[in-house]
Amino acid sequence: MASITLDGLAHAYRPDPRGPQDYALKEINHVWRQGGAYALLGPSGCGKTTLLNIISGLVIPTRGRILFDDRDVTRLPTEARNIAQVFQFPVVYDTMTVRENLAFPLKNRKMPREAIARRVEEIASRLDMSSVLDRKASNLTADAKQKISLGRGLVREDVAAILFDEPLTVIDPHLKWQLRSSLKELHRALDLTMIYVTHDQTEALTFADTVVVMHDGAVVQTGTPEELFERPAHTFVGHFIGSPGMNVLPAKVEGRTAHVGGVAIALERAYPALPAGERIELGVRPEFATLAKPGHGLPVKVTRIEDIGRARIARIEISGNPAAAMVPEELSLDGDSAGLTLDSRQIHIYADGVLVPGEPAGREGVA
Amino acid sequence: MDKPVNNRAWLLVAPVFLIVAFSAILPIMTVVNYSVQDTFGNNQFFWNGLGWFQELLDPSTELGGRFLDALWRNLLFSAIILAIEVPLGILVALSMPREGWKVAATLVIMALPLLIPWNVVGTIWQVFARGDIGLAGWAINALGIDYNYTGDPLAAWITIVVMDVWHWTSLVALLCYAGLKSIPDAYYQAARIDGASRWAIFTTIQLPKMKRVLLIAVLLRFMDSFMIYTEPFVLTGGGPGNATTFLSIDLVKIALGQFDLGKAAAMSLVYNLIVLALCWVFYTVMTHAGTERRQEENPA
Repeated sequence: MASITLDGLAHAYRPDPRGPQDYALKEINHVWRQGGAYALLGPSGCGKTTLLNIISGLVIPTRGRILFDDRDVTRLPTEARNIAQVFQFPVVYDTMTVRENLAFPLKNRKMPREAIARRVEEIASRLDMSSVLDRKASNLTADAKQKISLGRGLVREDVAAILFDEPLTVIDPHLKWQLRSSLKELHRALDLTMIYVTHDQTEALTFADTVVVMHDGAVVQTGTPEELFERPAHTFVGHFIGSPGMNVLPAKVEGRTAHVGGVAIALERAYPALPAGERIELGVRPEFATLAKPGHGLPVKVTRIEDIGRARIARIEISGNPAAAMVPEELSLDGDSAGLTLDSRQIHIYADGVLVPGEPAGREGVA
Repeated sequence: MDKPVNNRAWLLVAPVFLIVAFSAILPIMTVVNYSVQDTFGNNQFFWNGLGWFQELLDPSTELGGRFLDALWRNLLFSAIILAIEVPLGILVALSMPREGWKVAATLVIMALPLLIPWNVVGTIWQVFARGDIGLAGWAINALGIDYNYTGDPLAAWITIVVMDVWHWTSLVALLCYAGLKSIPDAYYQAARIDGASRWAIFTTIQLPKMKRVLLIAVLLRFMDSFMIYTEPFVLTGGGPGNATTFLSIDLVKIALGQFDLGKAAAMSLVYNLIVLALCWVFYTVMTHAGTERRQEENPA
């Protein structure tokens, strides 16, 4: 049981990294709390698997340290760390039965035989696999194999953290959901730190208490699912989380008004200290933008309305910039012009992609 | 469900029938035809029924004794070859580099012996192992060991076995290497996390994953070594005495040396059946080894 600290960690696969472009993983400082459920979310190639492999010890970082509590494990080999990992494709030892598979890590660590048998039974019943213990592991389905790989981590009593590298990739959709909820249950029951790498936002948001979003080798935001949704710290997070993603429109900000093309949008906060020369953008999630009859709110042009089942989403243009908005159930439109009302508390301003906090409304008069 | 019947479909299969008929069925039937007849040359044949087969399978006759001796030699040779080349091939494959320019270099070097024609291999070793001008033969004699593959049956056997190992171990190694390369990294990573020793990784991951290619390697090496002809023919000509006369060499002696077409035909048919039967046994044993019969119940 330990918390895991990443201290100034960075990694380049080239032996002689020259600039930031050579780093697969840019400098990162982070503490994984003991017992937390974390998701590492990001598109393919953003460095999340590299980070995971550094934590598990399969990759030695170019710079920085990893601490398990206060113990420096940066250069310790994998087998000396209290880490288990579940991989994208199920790894089982084909020639062994499920029981032998689960016993394997303990046997390698020279545990007494009776203790191994007891522990294997216990974990098997937790994983709901007691009935298949004596089957050959190679004959089981993909989700059962994935449970075995997880079980090989769980049997070890010294395991501080379990790392998951996109573990549901090869699982049938209807089983994904089941497996994910049994994972959550295990997490609650066992007080283990779990770090779950995925590029699927639904998986990340349903599994984790804390989501770490990575982009291009760097962490762009760490927060609860609500925070990621309501206050994306970077336009990338806005795009990546939510379906459809956040609307990001080029804007000019003056006082408490943002101008998008010829349209003026009232803001909740003032942004007196916007850096000059940077790209200023306004971000608002489609969930906080509602379409209305023409004449109400901002004038917009509707290009298309999509019915996604539980809601309707309009593809619109705000002075030529594409965006998305929700369509209320009772609304029906003639022609392509409509109005748009925005929840002004949910409008964010970004400079070169990074969230600018802004100043609360009350202080604007003072300044 | 009704399937449409159209007799013109036979036309589409006809070319295959023709090719198989001329390449396999007709030649084999010719051999079958010879095997039940005797000839004294001049293209004159006499009916002999199953006489040759009876003689062949009865060790007390001249032909039967000869056949049995050669068969034992062949089986012994194949057993030695498999016992050396398969473990050695696995060992070589395990120590081959996995990435970088060394991979290409190793592959080329490994492939070289496979590219040399059989009779050239025989000639190379015939010269190489000679006591007077051959490097190996001369060196061994210089060490004080009496080595002469043309006079000593044991020396002849060792030379042929070493030659075959030199020629064909690469094939086993390359097949195993392909099998090893197909194992995803995750298996090795998982094994490290599970604290597996090097030996445990070999027995629990590498060997099981190599099973299919090993099956192919064993089958190929068995068939090739069981049917070996050119190299020992060039190297020893079956001697000294009959010490290295394998079935194929004996067969050619009977068919072309003595022109006993009937005996040779009967012998080649039996030879062929033995190869087929042994391959079938190998294949069945190796595909069934270790696989659990799927249980009737569905996985939970």
